[in-house]
Amino acid sequence: MPRVEVLDSQGRAIKDMLHQQGKDLIDCRMGKYIELEVKAHSKEEALREAKVIAEEVLCNPLIETFEMEIRS
Amino acid sequence: MSKARVGVVRFPGTNCDHDIWSAVEMVGLKPVWLWHRDRVDLDGIQAVIIPGGFSYGDYLRCGALAARSPVMQDIVPAAQKGLPTLGVCNGFQILCESGLLPGALLRNEKLNFIDRWVGLIKAEGHSPFAPEASKGDQIRLPVAHGEGRYFITEDGLKGLQDQEQIWWRYEENINGSVDGIAGVTNSNKNVAGLMPHPERAMAAWMGGDQGVSFFSRLGL
Repeated sequence: MPRVEVLDSQGRAIKDMLHQQGKDLIDCRMGKYIELEVKAHSKEEALREAKVIAEEVLCNPLIETFEMEIRS
Repeated sequence: MSKARVGVVRFPGTNCDHDIWSAVEMVGLKPVWLWHRDRVDLDGIQAVIIPGGFSYGDYLRCGALAARSPVMQDIVPAAQKGLPTLGVCNGFQILCESGLLPGALLRNEKLNFIDRWVGLIKAEGHSPFAPEASKGDQIRLPVAHGEGRYFITEDGLKGLQDQEQIWWRYEENINGSVDGIAGVTNSNKNVAGLMPHPERAMAAWMGGDQGVSFFSRLGL
């Protein structure tokens, strides 16, 4: 998700459109959803592998934060 | 004396490569292609330019995938050692994603794609590109971008100001960039990024020729 301090212009555009449609919405922020299928012998190993990928490529820590969850 | 060689990098989706090539030739230098998949020997290359476009379709984040291409494994250490390196538009995004330049480029504040000539004011930073420009100089260059909003943290901005790394600002902040920043350099002043396109301002018939000095002083 974009960091709080970053102007999320897409989220703002969506919020404005929803307001125009009469929705009483406080805020909207838009992020990304990415699924990774990794080879691992355990959930912990899978999470570790995914975390490395997230930190090295998928997430730019200057402008975004990320959360992960595992689904087997 | 043989001409200075300037590497022009190409990724899938790079579309300003031919314009950069022509600009380099117009000033009497010798462009050479650097292909994203190749590991490259930069011996004898006086400067590297990363052109604009939509590398990898801007997928994941603008410049994120290009920054992690094989060719960058050679360009990054060379740039860190002092090789003059310029990123224009998507090239600027790629240099930020590769860690060679501070900050990031985000979607324009008003979400529109901006395609027009803009006024720029030279700030304190300097680089091997347009090296004779003085602080306060005003030029006009065209921009064409949807993700040109420069972002950096407050601490980061203070660092840029203290280290004189802000290179050019917009006369009028067209896209919500922090401090109106249109271009920055690294602390060593050999790597530079610019959102506007100097290669599209090489002659009066293009609308202006104030882009020439960004290329004409290389190799000298």
